[in-house]
Amino acid sequence: MNTKSNTSAASDAFDNLKETVGVVTVDDPKMSARNVDVFYGEKQAIYDVSLDIANNEVIAMIGPSGCGKSTFLRCLNRMNDSIPTCRVTGEMSLDGEDLYGAGLDPVLLRARVGMVFQKPNPFAKSIYDNVAYGPRIHGLASNRAELDDIVISSLQKAGLHEEVQDRLDAPGTSLSGGQQQRLCIARTIAVSPEVILMDEPCSALDPIATARIEELIDELRENYAIAIVTHSMQQAARVSQRTAYFHLGKLVEVGSTNNIFTNPRHELTENYITGRFG
Amino acid sequence: MTEPTESTNKVAPRKDSTSIVKKTLAKRYAAEKRFRFYGAAAIAMSLAFLVLLLGSILVKGLPAFVETHMLIDVTLDSKTLGVEEGATQQQLKAANYHSLIKKSMRGMFPEVKKRKAKKELYKLVSTSAEYKVRDQLMANPSQLGETISVWVLADDELSSFYKTGALADRSKLTHTRLSEQQIAWASTLEEQGKLRKKFNTTFFKNGDSREPEQAGIRAALMGSILTLLITFLLSFPIAVATAIYLEEFAPQNRWTDLIEVNINNLAAVPSIVFGLLGLAVFINFFELPRSAPVVGGIVLSLMTLPTIIIASRAALKAVPPSIREAGRGLGASQLQVVTHHVLPLAMPGILTGTIIGLAQALGETAPLLMIGMVAFIVDIPTSVTDAATVLPVQVFLWADSPERAFLEKTSAAILVLLVFLIVMNAAAVFLRKHFERRW
Repeated sequence: MNTKSNTSAASDAFDNLKETVGVVTVDDPKMSARNVDVFYGEKQAIYDVSLDIANNEVIAMIGPSGCGKSTFLRCLNRMNDSIPTCRVTGEMSLDGEDLYGAGLDPVLLRARVGMVFQKPNPFAKSIYDNVAYGPRIHGLASNRAELDDIVISSLQKAGLHEEVQDRLDAPGTSLSGGQQQRLCIARTIAVSPEVILMDEPCSALDPIATARIEELIDELRENYAIAIVTHSMQQAARVSQRTAYFHLGKLVEVGSTNNIFTNPRHELTENYITGRFG
Repeated sequence: MTEPTESTNKVAPRKDSTSIVKKTLAKRYAAEKRFRFYGAAAIAMSLAFLVLLLGSILVKGLPAFVETHMLIDVTLDSKTLGVEEGATQQQLKAANYHSLIKKSMRGMFPEVKKRKAKKELYKLVSTSAEYKVRDQLMANPSQLGETISVWVLADDELSSFYKTGALADRSKLTHTRLSEQQIAWASTLEEQGKLRKKFNTTFFKNGDSREPEQAGIRAALMGSILTLLITFLLSFPIAVATAIYLEEFAPQNRWTDLIEVNINNLAAVPSIVFGLLGLAVFINFFELPRSAPVVGGIVLSLMTLPTIIIASRAALKAVPPSIREAGRGLGASQLQVVTHHVLPLAMPGILTGTIIGLAQALGETAPLLMIGMVAFIVDIPTSVTDAATVLPVQVFLWADSPERAFLEKTSAAILVLLVFLIVMNAAAVFLRKHFERRW
């Protein structure tokens, strides 16, 4: 097969892409996006994306670098607000409430939609204080005992408690990379969010730490709606139930993870899955 | 897949590359060695200059920390003093101690008769002897009429001569304003055990004085402390708030760019300009007191502000953005992110900038000359509105005086200034260690 002709065929397919292949909606969505466009100044990063995020489900967002998957994820809890040139149009909602409307405060939104970042970023505080920080600023615990409970149960849920229980006063940065990322997850859980967004949470970790985090994501699915951006197709296949494939700012295909990986319907998706680019 | 072409041949390693690299190796290592030598030489040279500087200041300044006392027998006779038995404190204070001291000096050398010789004799003792005797009598009025022995300060010329050991070996001090007669009297006094050296407490107790043996650093030191206190209290909060606002909150637009350019330019404005501004605005317009630490502090904080702002902004910029994202991702407000996470991490850098700014302010003379802090200050300032001077100005004033003792005191004042600086820096290092956290 000739690579050159294959690429041009793909770009034809992209130009012809009018709407997303597959069903973007779910019954009773936790979050939903409709016709979302995102601009960085003059440059448009996301074109007309509609997607629902369901409860008790992990949705993976995959695609080549620069395809807008992280941008989309960060719009879901308004982390892009801090970029002055960023502009979002279209509708996004959490439980039917408009994210960008006057009703929902961004600080409150971020308490309900937590985020785990690409690089583990614990605060320069003790392990305990890292986890207790969210509950403290939101006033979720009325006394020390309650706070202790929240911290311990969050660490347990993040699968970190056993490893750190006798050194909760040690700085969060003294942990290994994988432990730090689980600490960040524990920190996010401690605020009791409804949705957890993960932006390539394992890209800075070794395979063993990655396996632990993936196990953890699977357990967390019981109680949270989870959206994960990943570069690794194997990871998407392992942890997610639904997969969304982004390409150059457009949402190309959405479907159950099984279908996407075994029987992709769009040519671009197939090219990416089979490793022809990306 | 791709067809093999001629270009694939180029990928093969060059056969002679090893020998080519080998040839250049010696040259590269030689360059490195040379550079290391330059570096070491530069450090050695700067160290040598530092040692030379400190050494010369120490050698010149150390004698100023020693003062010479003279033992005199004073007969507190009421006739010379001009007071009666049972006089009030007020009367005792106004009594004629000047003649009393003269009389006791004559008593030690009864053979001196000529008017000119008497004058020379009186010059051996410091004028402060009168106050010393007065204070003693006022504390014990019952001593009136008795003869007491008092250690009083010797005159600065005699003191310099005696301290250096020139009395035994004239070659130790080539230049003195003492006459041969005075030196002979001094020798007699020493033989009688009536001269002694002591640690110079006067230097740390008194303000400035026309008499070198009575001049002290206290007024200037207090002035410096009060001025720097005002400078710190004004510039630190304003500068840190400015830096935080510009770095974390302000939108990036033409106005903030303009402000930034202006702050950077302010840091380069000659300090005397700030002095002119202080004179015009704070003294002439707002009518704040002249020569006062409060005005000095305000003027110096104007000068220090840009330094602290620039350093603080750099420190805030150095905090990794991931920490801010983590805070915001948990639902912390912008202010919470700054105060809980960014500021603690930036604090060591901010403190370093503050210390650099304050050290600059401590050594500054020019703007203070403009607002009258160059005054001759005898009284120790106790509040920020009292007339005061500062250490570098005191150094400048003393350096201008011809007396040998003032020469010593100039160096001694520089030493005090350096110690002040070291204490300030040590405090900053301590605070930095306290705030420093790893991430």
